[in-house]
Amino acid sequence: MAQQEILSTEPYLARFNAAKARLPGAGQSWLDELRETAAARFRDLGFPTQRHEIWKYTPLKALQGIGFTPAGEVARPASLDHVPSLLPAKAPRYRATLVGGVVRPELSSPDEELPAGATIERLAAALERDPAGLAELLGRVADDRDQPLLALNTALFEDGVVIRLGRNLVLDRPLELTLVGPLAEVPTQVHPRILIVLEEGAQATVLEHHLGFGTEPVFHNGVSEIALGPNARLTHIKVQAAPLETFHFATTHLRQERDSAYDGFTLNRGAGLSRLETRVKLVGEGADCRLNGAYLLRGRQHGDITTVVDHQVPHCTSREVVKGAIDDRGRGVFQGLIKVAPHAQKTDGRMLNKTLLLSEKAEIDTKPELEIFADDVQCAHGATAGAIDDMALFYLRSRGLDEAAARALLVESFLAETVEELGDESLRPLLLERIRDWLQVRRESLEEVAA
Amino acid sequence: MAASVETIEQVKSLGERYKYGWSTDLEMETAPKGLNEDIIRFISAKKDEPEWMLEWRLKAFRHWLTMPEPGWAKVGFPPIDYQDVYYYAAPKQTEKPKSLDEVDPKLLETYEKLGIPLKEQEMLAGVAVDAVFDSVSVATTFKKKLEEVGVIFCSISEAVQNHPELVRKYLGSVVPYADNKHACLNAAVFTDGSFVYIPEGVRCPMELSTYFRINAENTGQFERTLIIADKGSYVSYLEGCTAPQRDENQLHAAVVELVALEDAEIKYSTVQNWFPGDEEGKGGIYNFVTKRGLCEGARSKISWTQVETGSAITWKYPSCILKGDNSVGEFYSIAITNNLQQADTGTKMIHLGKNTSSRIISKGISAGRSNQTYRGLVRMGGKAENARNYTQCDSLLIGERCGAHTVPYIESKNRSAKVEHEATTSRISEDQLFYCTQRGIGEEEAVALVVNGFCREVLQQLPMEFAVEAQKLVGISLEGSVG
Amino acid sequence: MLEINNLHATVDGAEILKGIDLTIRAGEVHAIMGPNGSGKSTLSYVLAGRDGYEVTEGSVTFNGKDLLEMPTEERAGEGVFLAFQYPVEIPGVPNTTFLKEAVNAVRKYRGEPELDAMEFVKHLRAKAKELGMNPEFLKRAVNAGFSGGEKKRNEMLQMAMLEPSLCLLDETDSGLDIDALKAVSEAINAMRSPERAMLVITHYQRLLTYVVPDHVHVLSKGRIVRSGGPELAQELEEKGYGESIEAA
Repeated sequence: MAQQEILSTEPYLARFNAAKARLPGAGQSWLDELRETAAARFRDLGFPTQRHEIWKYTPLKALQGIGFTPAGEVARPASLDHVPSLLPAKAPRYRATLVGGVVRPELSSPDEELPAGATIERLAAALERDPAGLAELLGRVADDRDQPLLALNTALFEDGVVIRLGRNLVLDRPLELTLVGPLAEVPTQVHPRILIVLEEGAQATVLEHHLGFGTEPVFHNGVSEIALGPNARLTHIKVQAAPLETFHFATTHLRQERDSAYDGFTLNRGAGLSRLETRVKLVGEGADCRLNGAYLLRGRQHGDITTVVDHQVPHCTSREVVKGAIDDRGRGVFQGLIKVAPHAQKTDGRMLNKTLLLSEKAEIDTKPELEIFADDVQCAHGATAGAIDDMALFYLRSRGLDEAAARALLVESFLAETVEELGDESLRPLLLERIRDWLQVRRESLEEVAA
Repeated sequence: MAASVETIEQVKSLGERYKYGWSTDLEMETAPKGLNEDIIRFISAKKDEPEWMLEWRLKAFRHWLTMPEPGWAKVGFPPIDYQDVYYYAAPKQTEKPKSLDEVDPKLLETYEKLGIPLKEQEMLAGVAVDAVFDSVSVATTFKKKLEEVGVIFCSISEAVQNHPELVRKYLGSVVPYADNKHACLNAAVFTDGSFVYIPEGVRCPMELSTYFRINAENTGQFERTLIIADKGSYVSYLEGCTAPQRDENQLHAAVVELVALEDAEIKYSTVQNWFPGDEEGKGGIYNFVTKRGLCEGARSKISWTQVETGSAITWKYPSCILKGDNSVGEFYSIAITNNLQQADTGTKMIHLGKNTSSRIISKGISAGRSNQTYRGLVRMGGKAENARNYTQCDSLLIGERCGAHTVPYIESKNRSAKVEHEATTSRISEDQLFYCTQRGIGEEEAVALVVNGFCREVLQQLPMEFAVEAQKLVGISLEGSVG
Repeated sequence: MLEINNLHATVDGAEILKGIDLTIRAGEVHAIMGPNGSGKSTLSYVLAGRDGYEVTEGSVTFNGKDLLEMPTEERAGEGVFLAFQYPVEIPGVPNTTFLKEAVNAVRKYRGEPELDAMEFVKHLRAKAKELGMNPEFLKRAVNAGFSGGEKKRNEMLQMAMLEPSLCLLDETDSGLDIDALKAVSEAINAMRSPERAMLVITHYQRLLTYVVPDHVHVLSKGRIVRSGGPELAQELEEKGYGESIEAA
């Protein structure tokens, strides 16, 4: 392999040194130490390169040579009177909106609406109000020492959201987190941090929506830490629809205790270069983890979905169905790793990845991986890649559909299978709608070409 | 064909766990230990090689010095001290024997003991053997008969002398000297190996076979095999390997290159049973092998079948480059690891031509405290219109202290190409064992039976004589893995 | 032939058999009936020697030998055959190979000469024909992809080939349509002989109209609560298990 240009860590370390005294929570010794350690780790690890096995298919060279200003320093106080939503207009919800990584209270639900025992607050504010509590949370789930982007986020985060649900609390409405990119006129970087803690028996639905309006490059480096207590249940939908100028990197670190259930769905369709990574540690018996998703890529988009599910204890279940459609010169990446630790007997882990290549120049790289150190397990994975089935296309056209419509229908039904994996049926339509939007654009462009 | 009772009987009667563990006491000629340009010159001079061959070796050696050890495989071992290895060891003999009658009787005895009688009259008709003992080819049988149809089957040293134009054209054409650290070392120091050329339109009248034996202590074996199947020809080639039981690890870094021209077919089968080390993981061969076939011509076909049961460490990925349109690549593999063995093995199918197709069937069995990884790459190039791949990759675990890992890479740049990959991991179920034992079959036999069933699809690919051998090996390799 | 005395057995620490007494002589056919969960299958597994079924009390002698001391395959060698309720699939192992392994293992145990491949295949084909089995089944992997009826017929074929002296038939009638039931019953009846004993375990009376037993026992909560002749099966069919169990 040819020597690769390595993205310099210097500007980011300089930024840390210049800003560390002003970052939220500065002066609290535990946090100062956490950030210093993270900065040193980032310096030592450097940005990931394709020589790192888990970054083999996603190069960062596009970030080279762009000076990203911290969003907090340039974001204008935007006048957003309308924040797009995943939910129908009148649907009840709790809401937190971040612009450029900073929570905007005027676009978020007031605290008094929340049931007792639930808190949703700005990370910056929580660090002031409850430093001892935060010291127990930050970096506890995301404790990996080999993740440069996590280290960078820890060193530089300026804000984010902290969501805490007490024992047996069932959040009565979905919580919609909207992350709007910085509305800046220069390239910006943003490192939001989201903490979600569900104590024993708590239950919630979180919808995470990433979007933006600008045309300037944005380097988004988000980290979420999710801790599910015994028997807690979280439905977590993530729709990434950032503008094409965005480089979107986000890692969700999830830890599940006994009998907890995580039902995750990721729809990746925005940003020119994106990587959505989920790292799961199943630490309590009977935990169940679903990581389903879809990717829709066109133009020159590069979209990467990477998952690592670590079965550390017996009797846990994990399921992944991830499908994608790739058009034009898009490039998709799927990497899934199921690890089974010694003694994690009776593990049941399954993973499936399927891709439709819609154009001659589209590309998919997939790597479904098993790493198994226990014998009494059932693990399987499958992967396919190919084009739309000619016979099915012919069948639909023979029934009177034009080609564009027939293709759209076939792609939709292909992707709909993943959406059906989502446990909460009421949320499926909003995902299907976003898949149909994408197909509609494609259909129109096909019709234009035909005409 | 699964293990029969008689097979199991035979296996039992072998008495020892590794039946090839003895060594032959012969007077040997060796080069001094260690590796430098002088050693390479020595090897080249010993073989009376032309200048271009020496130059190629030296170029490889100089490049090798700059290469890092490959670190991506899931295998662990202390760094190899390349200066502590003999790179040339040969049974002392004043001149190359002209016929089998001139071969040292002790050597002939060795091969008989291995079940490979070299005396042609004693042999199963239909298999020609090239026997490689430590670094040199000691005998090639059936040469005359093969010459009649124009097939060249000889040691690669002889080929360098007698067919330099073919060697020069194809050596390093599939596995370039700089391909990887182990292959590069091989290019610098390879001492012997087999050479096969099948002329246009010829169907090789018998199975060709090479039997590799490492005998000397502290000796690396670096053989290099080159097989060229000219247009419309066919050859089936078998390779077997054993080594004595020794406490030290021994290095084996081989290279195999296959070239199939238009409409040609090469079937390459391996039963690898190098000494795996003892129950505590002491000793055993480091088996670092680069095997690659080029389907150069349209409608050509290369099929790899391997049964890997030996070696302390196996690092091996027999691959196919499907360049010719409509060419076909196949990989059938059984890998068994027991005790503290480590294996990282699989294949690469690189689809370049139109309508190319490939099939991968891999069966991995891990027992004891061993670890095994299937690592495979399927790549559909931009011009591989309508290419197809099917991969089935199954792992079977026996016991709770072993590991089984699956690392497939699938890369498709072609919409019309279709890739299907499936993998499973399971263990021998108690239900299956109980069912067998209730029918009167003992537990170890039951394990061998179930494992042979698990491997059946691959065993069926082997030529008959090898299939029987392979089934026995399955039984032997898993001895002591249950109960 | 078989003598069971005060047999207690546990599975995963739970006591399932709580003192079974049963004597079966050569040539007899005994039926054990009982509701789900009464311990019927456990009894057959204990007799065949399945791991995880622990005998805590009592004894079982078979032709004078202590059956419980023997590993599973020796019991098979001694002549104990269990027809499984759910025959196990063994992918990749052809039926013929499996049977040859088993027959020769058992013959060897009994000190009989092993059959050579030709003899064996001839014998196998003849038996398969008697059972009305398609010879194609002999080539297919053991039970893999077989229908329920095919699996049960395959059990009968194995029983015929292994020539056991004690046949344990565990729910052999479950999941069969009437034609398959008749075929399987014929196969069982063909095996009846003065030297051979059978223990037919079933939930339904249906099978016993075709395979008429000499003795019928009702098993409930790990004990035999009633014993009688073939008429008991008829009575149970009409009145259900409730009365017998309460009477006990």
